Amino acid sequence: MNVIRKAFHEDLTIYRVAELKPALLDAVAEGERIELDLSGVERMDSAGCQLLMLAKREASAAGKTLAIVAHSPAVQSLIEFYNLAAWFGDPLVVAAQ
Amino acid sequence: MDELKQVFVQESGEQLDALEALLLELENRPDDETTLNGIFRAAHTIKGAAGMVEAAAVEAFAHVVENVLDRLRNHEIEVTTELAALMLACTDQLRVLVAAEAGAADKAEAQIAEDSARLLERLNAYGPAGQHTAGSPRIVEPDVQRIPSPQAGHNCWHLSVRFGPDVLRQGMDPENFLRFLETVGNIRHLETLADTMPAADVMDPELCYLGFEIALESAADKQTIEDVFAFVRDECRLAILPPNSKVGDYLELIESLPEDSLRLGEILVRVGALTADELAEGLRTQSGPASGEAAQEAKQIGEILVAQQVVQPELVAAAVAKQTQVSEKKAHDAKLIRVPADKLDHLINLVGELVIAGAATSLLSHSRRDGELIESASLLTRLVEEIRDASLQLRTVQIGETFNRFQRLVRDACKDLGKDVELLISGGETELDKSIVEKIGDPLMHLVRNSLDHGIEAPAVREAAGKNPRGSLSLNAFHDAGNIVIEVTDDGAGLNRDKILAKAIERGLVDAEAHLSDREVYDLIFAPGLSTAEQVTNLSGRGVGMDVVRRNLQALRGTINVDSQPGRGTRLTLRLPLTLAIIDGFLVVSANRSYVIPLDAVVECIERPVSEHDRNYFNLRGQVLPAVCLRESFNLPGERPTRESVVVVQYAGQRAGIVVDRLAGELQAVIKPLGAIFRHLQGIGGSTILGSGEVALILDISALIKISGQAEQRLLARPEQRSA
Repeated sequence: MNVIRKAFHEDLTIYRVAELKPALLDAVAEGERIELDLSGVERMDSAGCQLLMLAKREASAAGKTLAIVAHSPAVQSLIEFYNLAAWFGDPLVVAAQ
Repeated sequence: MDELKQVFVQESGEQLDALEALLLELENRPDDETTLNGIFRAAHTIKGAAGMVEAAAVEAFAHVVENVLDRLRNHEIEVTTELAALMLACTDQLRVLVAAEAGAADKAEAQIAEDSARLLERLNAYGPAGQHTAGSPRIVEPDVQRIPSPQAGHNCWHLSVRFGPDVLRQGMDPENFLRFLETVGNIRHLETLADTMPAADVMDPELCYLGFEIALESAADKQTIEDVFAFVRDECRLAILPPNSKVGDYLELIESLPEDSLRLGEILVRVGALTADELAEGLRTQSGPASGEAAQEAKQIGEILVAQQVVQPELVAAAVAKQTQVSEKKAHDAKLIRVPADKLDHLINLVGELVIAGAATSLLSHSRRDGELIESASLLTRLVEEIRDASLQLRTVQIGETFNRFQRLVRDACKDLGKDVELLISGGETELDKSIVEKIGDPLMHLVRNSLDHGIEAPAVREAAGKNPRGSLSLNAFHDAGNIVIEVTDDGAGLNRDKILAKAIERGLVDAEAHLSDREVYDLIFAPGLSTAEQVTNLSGRGVGMDVVRRNLQALRGTINVDSQPGRGTRLTLRLPLTLAIIDGFLVVSANRSYVIPLDAVVECIERPVSEHDRNYFNLRGQVLPAVCLRESFNLPGERPTRESVVVVQYAGQRAGIVVDRLAGELQAVIKPLGAIFRHLQGIGGSTILGSGEVALILDISALIKISGQAEQRLLARPEQRSA
């Protein structure tokens, strides 16, 4: 299985989503299973969350798996607040540091 | 099996261990919230992990278990003994399912499926599904508008908000408004919708497509709630329904919103605004005189939704609880790394070779009499010693985990035997080599079972004997002179000396005329052919005989002693070396042959005058100690030197002197086990290679002391022989 692992170290915010969208969708197009490491994401806002939802939706529609394998506290906090943990279906686990 | 699955199997094993421990704890403290939450989290984690690796059987089973646990946590059902037993059975079943997933199940597939089905049936008795099927059918009166009855779930404001596309660009994040909403009231439930998000190529990530359905518990009025969204009032579509609104209002709301009505209906059910039945009915009346088939379909969806409504809140709670607790645990776990045991073994083997090579270098440097070389070699030796200690420590683990496994065993055995026994654990933090811990589990289990089975009496018997009806069994561990000591103590009836002796005589193990000390009689329980199951009590034992226990321990260079007082209890003391690989030794020479005494056992060395040569005891500052002469014990050739030395050793509280020709100093000995043909050799524990390449035998102090002690005790027990 073609597994793509992608780590983000920048903020997932309105300021960056325009450039992150093609990168994320490319990853979805390339891999069978896309693993996102978001442990380095210091800030995420609704725009970022919405972008993740898009990627997840596109992946599911193409019969692929998109999994967030590491959440930073910021990512975890917003996903939980929006009650999307079950929707994303990833175990919420905080990275080491 | 791929790597992910391997990790899954390992981690679920750990979670199941935790689950089991917590369930046992719950039995003692049924009201403890922390325990309940812990149990729920463990089950939830297993389910989540199973989903990740697509272990459908595990996931499905864990899901049902989790549902029941959730009801337990919400105090909808009570903790009972039956439920705890059922949960433990479910834990076992999960273990089997996980093993099956790894292809390592020891049961047939059909058998596993059958077990699962049986347990699920029992679980359903506690689950919401069971109650729903029991509900009476509803009577529908078509002309009457139903008003929702005031229930907890309905007693909330319902907010439906769709943010305008430009809010993000204007620097207004929906999150901020919703967080602010929390200051007005308590968000009971929140559903995020992104259904209006278009296809990927036209979706503009800077536009907002988000909408939210919110159940808000608040005492504030509508105006206050509306004001929260004042900044985006023109940019968003906001609908606020007061608590206990009519079903019709919700249906109107559904219609006015852009998303598919069936999907919205689901969400309202999940938010708790509507019940599934109300929705199904609403949708049916809405679509006019629907055909029976369509109504049937709506009804089915409704039923599915009920299940979802049950699942949803627990996911929220689990996520919140995780935020605080899992993050703590993971931060702790991140300090640990998993290393395959064989890699460690390889490292320790290499260190062993390093120690031998270091000793050779040190020997050479001394024979060359080169001061600088000696200095450099001694520094090297010191570092090698540190490396040795550090690498051996890598393999040490705490014994507590092994002990804790017995909680379950004791509990189950008590249920089976109708006894009441409390397991007390102390010294769990004592560390010892992992390879020993692995091998000690089985012998310990037999000892614990034996104590439960034969040692501790039934509550009635105990009460009659004036003892606490609740028996106690304690496991204790501590370090003592380079050994680890494990004690299994019970306060039961103790060993019956006469019965054991009678049985042993009957089996021909001892001579009927023999005079045996108490200790020798008790030692008979370890004799092969005197299985404890048939002896002392009539209770059927399921353990392996004590002789197997002793053999297993001897294979680890360990010993077991039994100490018993009739009516007061029995104590079994296990002594094991801390490691199987390397020891600090004390080199002695007799008849030009080298022997190694484990340094931990050495107390002191004294000279022995020639006048005492013929005695088998000596005087240590007024204390009379037995003396074991190596020359005599091993039948060594040659003349005894005029000046012999005595190494005073201590083992298990006993002291003795070992008489040798001369002392040759300390060394590190890498233990090489002796071949199978030397297994029955008494007094020798292994061999080692000296720096010179010479082989030295390692003395088994416990065996030597025992040999001398037995000879002594026999003499004391038979005074007539002494005179003879």
